[in-house]
Amino acid sequence: MMNKISLWKRFTGSKIIIPLITLAILLLLNLIINKNFFAMEIKDGHLYGNLIDILKGATPIMLISIGLTLVIATKGIDISVGSVVAISCATVAFMIGGDLIIKNGVQVPFTKFPLAIAILTAIVAATAAGMWNGMLVSRVGMQPIIATLILMVAGRGIAMMITKAQIITIYYEPFSFIGNGYLFGLPFSLYIVSVLLLVTLLFVRKTAIGMFIESVGINPTATRFSGINAKNLIFWCYVFTGFCAGIAGVIYCSNVKSADGNNAGNLMELDAILAVVLGGTSLNGGKFYLTGSIIGALIIRTLTTSIWALGVPPEIAEVVKAVVIFIVSVIQSERLRTVLGAMFSRKELAA
Amino acid sequence: MKGKHIINPKFMPLMATIGLFSLMFGVSSVTLPGFFSLQNFYYLLIDNAYLIIMAVGMTFVIISGGIDLSVGSLLALTTMVTSSLVEKQLVNPMIVIPLVLLMGTVFGLFQGYLIQTFNLAPFIVTLGGLYLARGLCYIVSIDTIPIVHPFFTAVSQFQINVIGNNFISVNVVIAVIMTIIGIFLAHYTKFGRTVYAIGGNEQSALLMGLPVAKTKMLIYTFSGFCTALSGIAFTFYMRNGYALHGKGMEMDAIAAVVIGGTLLTGGEGYVFGTLFGVLIYGTIQSYINFNGTLNAWWTRIVIGLLVFVFCLMQRFFETGKITRRADQKSVRKTETAAN
Repeated sequence: MMNKISLWKRFTGSKIIIPLITLAILLLLNLIINKNFFAMEIKDGHLYGNLIDILKGATPIMLISIGLTLVIATKGIDISVGSVVAISCATVAFMIGGDLIIKNGVQVPFTKFPLAIAILTAIVAATAAGMWNGMLVSRVGMQPIIATLILMVAGRGIAMMITKAQIITIYYEPFSFIGNGYLFGLPFSLYIVSVLLLVTLLFVRKTAIGMFIESVGINPTATRFSGINAKNLIFWCYVFTGFCAGIAGVIYCSNVKSADGNNAGNLMELDAILAVVLGGTSLNGGKFYLTGSIIGALIIRTLTTSIWALGVPPEIAEVVKAVVIFIVSVIQSERLRTVLGAMFSRKELAA
Repeated sequence: MKGKHIINPKFMPLMATIGLFSLMFGVSSVTLPGFFSLQNFYYLLIDNAYLIIMAVGMTFVIISGGIDLSVGSLLALTTMVTSSLVEKQLVNPMIVIPLVLLMGTVFGLFQGYLIQTFNLAPFIVTLGGLYLARGLCYIVSIDTIPIVHPFFTAVSQFQINVIGNNFISVNVVIAVIMTIIGIFLAHYTKFGRTVYAIGGNEQSALLMGLPVAKTKMLIYTFSGFCTALSGIAFTFYMRNGYALHGKGMEMDAIAAVVIGGTLLTGGEGYVFGTLFGVLIYGTIQSYINFNGTLNAWWTRIVIGLLVFVFCLMQRFFETGKITRRADQKSVRKTETAAN
């Protein structure tokens, strides 16, 4: 009996297990609908299959949610990431240019600036956007939601200014490798996510940074009194989110091979926030789960994919997402836990 | 301290908003020939009436320290349901309009219930509402549903002459009535006072014995109602239903409320200011339309800048005040004290 309770408690206590189970259930549901869901095949030395599609499709959200997890852990929020994705996407598209040059019936690769410089500029622009957010939150002392609202509204305007409100189509073939290419049989973008996740995990878990971030989220006053520079910490969290959104923007742009200032990264901030929340990080700050957020992003993508697989119009995905948000937030709420906790302890007494 | 100010400092953001609107309208009138006319001012109201109605509800939400992200989608859902019922199911508009208003109200109540009962963040619940309403829109129809019903055509073309040959639309009348109701609710009812108290400090409001739980639910219910009404006004204005209507409108409404001088941290703000917030938003848009050389993206950049300036101003007015909410703000206070 004792053993059972402690197991149960550990089960409900662990935050990462809930998103994992959700993902597993979703994948199993897919298996019921489509027997070949897990099937993989190797074409031209690359792995193809639904699972790879989900992984590949989730990369922008995964990237953003890595940065956003840290911001949310400090009790902040960044709703400008969608616009930052649009800025980064517009910048890289502008730097490469939407020119199609055909000589003797063969397309000649053409770019206005070298690819590396274009990508670097886009990421720097996005990081600068993150710095702006960080400045407003940590130095000016604005509420995170309003500070990032400014860039969310203005950022899309800036992105449209860069693209001159046109949709820039990129014909430069090497660029599309980032979002569509394969390396050792796996999508290249996955490697970017993995490297970023590993570096971030090492940074926050093997140094004290992670603990500092959590302590800022749990009690900012106490953190300050214990001599931690909360201002700088918060500032760099936003900068890092901008950086992540910048990479996400480049990958997204490369994947769709075009930049649309108005629609790129639209509602991405909401998907990313949902991914973080699904991953078990509370919007009230404090403890954060980077791996959880990655799983959260995968859940969202799987959900979308399975809705497509069902043959239901993809727009219905929104309703399902809404229901998921409601259920997850109710499950995570303290009040439900206390009610359930009381129920379980009563049962124990009765037994 | 108090004697030094000619105007009560609590009205400063409101004054700044009204001043800014006058300045912008004045500058537009001077620089753009043909801009200055009473009718053009009326057009400002006509084109933004739906946003005014929506922003009135949003003002209450933000004064209470919450946020409602679902408004844009709910507006779209309202237009979809209205047009679908009127045009496809051939239901009498007189039945459809109350029905749709009820739908919006229940939608708001549902969100308020979740926020209150489970103590959830308004941000995340209304985010769910955003997805839900938008998804339901697509279930109704993916295509645009034009409205040709005589009632809607008549209402949308109905012109009310005010001063000379200048006219306003039915929407403007609704918007003005809603603003008056909003001002009345905020300043002359127990509900309004409780909203301000919750925004100021929810714990204190609770300890004072105010009906916090009921009021919090009512705030979101009212916002839902306002949005549904705004959706109907929008249907009169556009005369169609489309699932992508009101995309990003939640941010327009929030921006208008903030520019109108309402503190996003809650506790302070005026419905009257929100009216001017929307008008400033409208002036920017109509300036850009009139000018012709400026592009549409400037609206977003200027709105972003305005929100920035107003937030900076709010921070400026905030310093030196005693009424503050716990944690985050108290840190800032100690920080400013330390610096």
